[in-house]
Amino acid sequence: MTTFADRPLEEQIAQWREYLRRRQAVHGADVEELEGHLRDQLVELTGAGLAGDEAFLVAVKRMGSLDALSREFARAHSERLWKQLVMAPEADEPAKTSHAETLVVLGLAVAAALAVKVPALFGLRMDTGDESFYLRNASLFVFPLLAAYFVWKRGWGIAGGLWLALPFAAGAIFANVFPFPVGAKGCCSSNTEVLTILHLPIALWMAVGFAYVRGRWFADGGRMNFVRYSGELAIYYVLIALGGGVLTGFTAMMFTAIGMKPAWFIGGWLVPCGAAGAVIIGSWLVEAKQSVIENMAPVLTRLFTPLFTLLLLVFLATMAWTGSPINVKREVLIGFDLLLAVVVGLVLYAASARDPQAPPDFFDGLQLLLVVSALVVDGVALAAIAARISEFGFTPNRVAALGENLILLVNLAWSAWLYACFLRHRGSFADLERWQIAYLPVYFVWAALVVVMFPLVFGYR
Amino acid sequence: MDMSKDLVAASATPLVLAILAEGDSYGYAIIKRVAELSGGHLQWTDGMLYPVLHRLERQGHVAAKWSASENGRRRRYYRITREGRAQLAAQRQQWKAVDGTLRGIWMKGCTV
Repeated sequence: MTTFADRPLEEQIAQWREYLRRRQAVHGADVEELEGHLRDQLVELTGAGLAGDEAFLVAVKRMGSLDALSREFARAHSERLWKQLVMAPEADEPAKTSHAETLVVLGLAVAAALAVKVPALFGLRMDTGDESFYLRNASLFVFPLLAAYFVWKRGWGIAGGLWLALPFAAGAIFANVFPFPVGAKGCCSSNTEVLTILHLPIALWMAVGFAYVRGRWFADGGRMNFVRYSGELAIYYVLIALGGGVLTGFTAMMFTAIGMKPAWFIGGWLVPCGAAGAVIIGSWLVEAKQSVIENMAPVLTRLFTPLFTLLLLVFLATMAWTGSPINVKREVLIGFDLLLAVVVGLVLYAASARDPQAPPDFFDGLQLLLVVSALVVDGVALAAIAARISEFGFTPNRVAALGENLILLVNLAWSAWLYACFLRHRGSFADLERWQIAYLPVYFVWAALVVVMFPLVFGYR
Repeated sequence: MDMSKDLVAASATPLVLAILAEGDSYGYAIIKRVAELSGGHLQWTDGMLYPVLHRLERQGHVAAKWSASENGRRRRYYRITREGRAQLAAQRQQWKAVDGTLRGIWMKGCTV
């Protein structure tokens, strides 16, 4: 191998290679080819009597500027400017591991798809009577396999994996042990059951998070990466679902055209199995693309923060102008919960993409405006609801909605304070990021509380 | 002599194909051969050869494969294909036509 005894020369070559590697249009194999050329040139120049660094200067000059070079490569391979996700071979990663990963992912996705059909073997039918069973356990079909993927991917041992089984086992117990009343329609006549259906996935998502960060929940950056992963997965899942919808539509259309009735297949297999498998596939795509493609969630955040701010401000102005109070109906509290959740999401994903060292800019001011206006709107709504909550009585739905509202309100109030400090240069952005991250478990714990306690407290109502 | 960029670019394809028609070769050796053949008049920026080779490979005029070289590193060797030879013949005709035309007008200038 032409390795030069000259240490500084080797270092210079390594540095040059690094610069070249950062060019998007120049792939790993091209870098190797060009480096071979450079080394041939260096051998000849040093052989002619030039010192190492002189030879390097001449050889690099002859190679041409990296900008011009990568421009030419981009012209020869214009497709490389579109970052290919699925096909792009990792330059640094040996092909074997990615091959194994593909197999593991496909295996887990198929397992998730089949897991959905396992209860059918025991006579639990999805279409008649047992919908509530499937809804209560929906996350349990997929999340353990997703956690298994991360246990495998992060190289976590068997012991860690077994610890992770505990929350899922607990989830399975609490989803199925309570005697929820079966209503006339068969599904979801009990409020606490609906709450379990909605909150169990949130609670179990933390277990997935533990697998994602390899059990090191408090290690640097791990939780923020999990937040990023969650956002990207949501976006990917929606995209996959859109494609799945098209596939489903064609399945229905084509088989109906030849006189078959594909509804049993679509409702019983295609949609539920596809929905389960897509979670694993989506996670794999997010993992694979981390470094390949721009994260989408922060882009959407940038897009929608001004729009939501505008919405809230116009809403407040309209309310002040017309003097019409919020019409407190049954579901209004849940609506405002969702609004706060969206605002928290906007703050969280803005933080996830921000350089904590950068000084405050216009967008930070906009974020503060968003948070404050959301707080004001929610305050108005809470005041309207509080006046009548005793009149309505404490149903499980209302208590859950109120609890969630308080949790989000506390988060946003303190975020607003930290934003204000940051904008006045009294604190750093890292404080805000830390606060958001530290607050994450509160959501999961609350969700777990709703699953475990509410059916007991409210007598399965 | 400073040759115009366009002319260098236009002559790159026939030159590379002609050199490969002599025998399989790799980037550095092709550059050396160009310098040798042109007596140093044709100065390429070395790196620019590779996008040209890759484009020819994509067009099917050359084929490439990684082999071990005498110094133990992997090296990418290029070989001209049948399409490449046809392309070379076509280009040769075109260059001959250009050369003949220019020669005609310049010889006349000399005789006058």
